[in-house]
Amino acid sequence: MSSISFGGLLRRPEAGAALGLIAVLIFFAIFGGITFLKPGGMASWLNVAANLGVIAIPLGLLMIAGELDISVGAMVPFGAMTVAVISGHYGLPIWLGVAMALTFGVIVGLVNGFLVIKTAVPSLIVTLGSLFAVQGIVLGLTVLITKSTSVALATEGPAKLIFGDFVLGGQLQVMVLWWLALTALYVFFVHFSPFGNWIFAMGGDKVSARNAGIPTDRLTMILFVLSSTSAAFVGMCQAILYNSAQVAGGQSFIFNSIIAVVVGGVLLTGGFGSVVGIFLGTITFAVVTQGIYYTDFDRNWSSLIIGILLLAAVLMNNTFRKMALSYAPKKGGKA
Amino acid sequence: MTAPIMALRGVNKSFGPIDVLHDITLEVRAGEVLCLLGDNGAGKSTLIKIMSGVFQPSSGAIEMDGVNVTLPNPRAASEKGVATVHQFGGTFPLMSIGRSFFVGVEPAKGWGPFKVYDRKRANAIAVKAVQDFGITRIDDGDRLVGGLSGGERQSLAIARAVHFGARVLILDEPTAALGVKQATHVLRIVNEAKKRGLAVVFITHQVMHAMAVGDHFAVLIRGAVAADFKKGEKTREEITDLMAGGASMASLEAEIEGYMASHGGHPPQPAE
Repeated sequence: MSSISFGGLLRRPEAGAALGLIAVLIFFAIFGGITFLKPGGMASWLNVAANLGVIAIPLGLLMIAGELDISVGAMVPFGAMTVAVISGHYGLPIWLGVAMALTFGVIVGLVNGFLVIKTAVPSLIVTLGSLFAVQGIVLGLTVLITKSTSVALATEGPAKLIFGDFVLGGQLQVMVLWWLALTALYVFFVHFSPFGNWIFAMGGDKVSARNAGIPTDRLTMILFVLSSTSAAFVGMCQAILYNSAQVAGGQSFIFNSIIAVVVGGVLLTGGFGSVVGIFLGTITFAVVTQGIYYTDFDRNWSSLIIGILLLAAVLMNNTFRKMALSYAPKKGGKA
Repeated sequence: MTAPIMALRGVNKSFGPIDVLHDITLEVRAGEVLCLLGDNGAGKSTLIKIMSGVFQPSSGAIEMDGVNVTLPNPRAASEKGVATVHQFGGTFPLMSIGRSFFVGVEPAKGWGPFKVYDRKRANAIAVKAVQDFGITRIDDGDRLVGGLSGGERQSLAIARAVHFGARVLILDEPTAALGVKQATHVLRIVNEAKKRGLAVVFITHQVMHAMAVGDHFAVLIRGAVAADFKKGEKTREEITDLMAGGASMASLEAEIEGYMASHGGHPPQPAE
């Protein structure tokens, strides 16, 4: 049918994100030249995008399913600190540290999911609680164990290569490869496999989804586990990359990933969005924060651009969504 | 006479100390529309939740085809062919018609872990199922459900239930939020479902809509079946009166008449 037409493209959830990215690219090309599109410049924003993107996609899926997880802000330092304390402070094998960091990610995800399912308290509140609780655990335990808020970690061998090294000429973090691979995996599962449908159905109307036989509770658990484990994974990789972990930091991931997801066309109330959109939204965000260095502007202005971008993206996405809703091949579509 | 598809025998339901349903006995037969009438709070929704497996009866039995069954959860009920369509259609506004139609039972092609959602087939089946019910304006399975009118959404949900083998179709106030024309659409589809041999339980408090399609009527008052009659046995006024709580309405009228007789024809002052 007309699904390849221009109108058809505009009705897709990622339409706003694509246009936003193009606008941002043009903006920085005019004011900063095309340096940031050359390999060296690209690495700077690709690294930012990759670390953000690995968290933003599962977070975006949670938002599509009608939930939210802000505890990712604490899971990044938690993951980093776990691997640093186990493999750095205690000097145990790196793989044990990696396994423990991911296990803690799974556990916090299970707790979040369980609380959301059982208490029906909005997930914003539940994960706000776990955000602070986990921050407390990280700070308390780290100081208790190491008497310090910063722990060094030296990694060698395959673990370094897989999780925290630079590739392709030494500027690109290996995380970029993880990000691309995970994005491809998510695209397949969300948009091509039959299961992706369940996430959208859950966000659209949870009761109807459950009545249609979708295991909504289990799906909620899986999505929470996915987001907090992804955050722990990013933290762990950063600790391995930078050879140290700090108890603070990570909070920026909360808002940054939400911005990337919303710019990417995901509806905050759930039921609408796409992985490609989140992917594009993440790149847009990264280009704005890094592109500013290639212009003559003071970098303090980048938050202003992001703020405007966010509002513009939401308004644009609303418009496109209305177009999608009112689209009818003939007469008769009422929004 | 064959056994009814679904029957409730002396069903009671209480939540803690509060009795919600008393001794409900109802039968739903193939090719018949049972209209469940009742005012708000009469227990209609509790009753349909028992029929669709959301609640368990405190006592009493549910029979299907003359055999005692238990419906421990909505899934078990839908496996036995009981489908519920709620007021807002049970559809997903921001999903395409095809995807919405197949939620939970997505058709796939391919093999092993590389199974892919079959959009073309899903869309084709969904559009055909809806058109078979006479909604010919739906012809593109990629359209979003939210762009359909309320009546079309209801029709989509009903067509979906029928497609997936529903034998008992429970419609929870399907016409409540609809305009006159849209409601007519839905009523036509109820008739079509009946013609196909489904047993339909039609919950409403719009007597006109009930009388247009109903074969059998049950009026629920405070959790009990206050009246159970067939088509043509009662007039519209009688039914409305029953729903408003018949007896209490009549006694209120008698009270007012008595007051007027003893106060020189003046009605009582409204309570302050």
